[in-house]
Amino acid sequence: MTQNLKLFSAEIRLATCKMLLHRGFGHLGGSLSIVETLSVLFGEVMNVRPTEPSWRDRDFFVLSKGHAAPAYYSTLALKGYFPMEMLDTLNDNGTNLPSHPDRLKVPGVDTTTGSLGQGISMAVGIAKSFKISKKDNRVFCIVGDGECNEGQVWEAFQFAAHSKLNNLIIFIDENLKQLDGFTTEILNPFDLKEKAAAFGLYAVRADGSNEKEILDAINECKEKDTTGCIILSTVKGQGIKYFEDMMSNHHVKLIGESINEMTKAIEELEAKIELMKGKSQ
Amino acid sequence: MNIVRTIEQRNIEMSKVYQDTMLELLETNGEVVICDADLVGAIGMTSVYNKHKDRCINMGICEANMMSAAAGMSLTGKIPFVHSLAPFAVRRLFDQLYLSGAYQKANVRVFGSDPGFWASYNGGTHTSVEDLALTRVIPNVTVLAPADAVQFQWILREIAGKYGMFYVRAARHRKLLDLYAPGSTFEIGKGVVLCEGKDVVIFAIGEMIKEALDAKEILEKSSLSVTVVDMFTIKPLDKELVRKVIQGKKVVVTAENHSIIGGLGSAVAEVMAENGSPALLSRVGIQDHFGEVGTPEYLQAKFKLKAVDIVNAVIAQMERKV
Repeated sequence: MTQNLKLFSAEIRLATCKMLLHRGFGHLGGSLSIVETLSVLFGEVMNVRPTEPSWRDRDFFVLSKGHAAPAYYSTLALKGYFPMEMLDTLNDNGTNLPSHPDRLKVPGVDTTTGSLGQGISMAVGIAKSFKISKKDNRVFCIVGDGECNEGQVWEAFQFAAHSKLNNLIIFIDENLKQLDGFTTEILNPFDLKEKAAAFGLYAVRADGSNEKEILDAINECKEKDTTGCIILSTVKGQGIKYFEDMMSNHHVKLIGESINEMTKAIEELEAKIELMKGKSQ
Repeated sequence: MNIVRTIEQRNIEMSKVYQDTMLELLETNGEVVICDADLVGAIGMTSVYNKHKDRCINMGICEANMMSAAAGMSLTGKIPFVHSLAPFAVRRLFDQLYLSGAYQKANVRVFGSDPGFWASYNGGTHTSVEDLALTRVIPNVTVLAPADAVQFQWILREIAGKYGMFYVRAARHRKLLDLYAPGSTFEIGKGVVLCEGKDVVIFAIGEMIKEALDAKEILEKSSLSVTVVDMFTIKPLDKELVRKVIQGKKVVVTAENHSIIGGLGSAVAEVMAENGSPALLSRVGIQDHFGEVGTPEYLQAKFKLKAVDIVNAVIAQMERKV
């Protein structure tokens, strides 16, 4: 598995960088930090049919941190939900690829998110609904660590644990930064793993840049009789040194030096993908 | 519509209608789910929740999570009804109603209980005089204020079979005006003309229909003939009916247990202004202030929501020199 998922991660990262370079701005940092998780979910774990996005028996995915849509859109396009060319329409006037996921516009998007805290509640509702109907569909939801400022997130966590929604796995993307700076400085989240456990979730930590660790954590959570919560240790801007080092990288305007750096990163990713494809043949 | 007026006094409380009708819907439609935020006992639903533990969910005091989760459930085919007191069913979770609900075209029915002066001893903190304004401003939300038990039951059954976002407001323990006979049917988006007169028209909702009918009796003693319309659908408003019944009238009055800003009064005013109506409008409602503690009777009088207030509004406009 590992080689293919590493390749898929590189492809998601490349497509995300290309679409943001084309648009000239966007939510770069938080998109790149979830690339490996999206790769594992859509590349291996989730039961979906890209040619039939509304398939009733599919697993559901909720991107509660909706601003990371560029990485999500890249993943969906690579899976074949819609043509890759559509990625260049991000945030165009009248586009079907708005800055935040819209289930009425984007093929494959299960819920409309962007107002932080609401996606995780929708996810618990979906999971509860499958429990009521005794269906086997699973639900996967990525929450931001900054998003955990929202009280609604904790309402949803408590409900998930109380209802023993073991068909739901939650990821907290702990990239340690939110829009205005470090999470510890804006509103200290303290220990998210301990807090998730205190709310009744089965909490584990994984390296969010390591596909195997993410996959192992998911499999561990699947065995439990309650909701799993995987705290992903990640870096905002993950995978591209220049953007990882950029302090204010939540929403990035690609101008001047950053254009050159992004172009360089794209070339390196393309070369890396070529090499990976060569090795896999 | 097949509407029959009634003179029978039944004294049925809205909460009893909610209990009976939701039990019926749970037992006839396997997709119906009911959510509450720790007000199951307060709305008298304990036995219903105990009977259908799988599809009746007490979400705890987490209204925001309840609204978004209900929207999520609806995306998988469930037909959720959610209840809380009107201020916490709308004001507290406005963004969840807007985004998780209406914006992504989810399918949720929200019942807000004890609006306006029905907050009674719960006081100003629990008084919602803005729920109609807040729901009316969101695209694709149907906003309903039933007048009696028959209409409330018809609404609950009707919206169970429709897709979309619905807001229904009603008092819990109100001894109702019995307006419609059992078996009456209505149409969402269509007002009900209760009586026709040539001088004045009163558009009223909910409990204010009784006051409007009482006002009509008083005004008739002064030789004024009055049309009274039950505008139980605040959105979509029956604009055609408004245009039709205001024709030739000197005075139009709206009567609602809600702020005069943003609710029925505003909705009717918009139609009148857009159509260049020469009639004078008075909005009987809560005059841009907060609620307070008191009996419903005390608060209704204090907020000037009695028949006499409607009469005074009509007379003041009649005597006004334009």
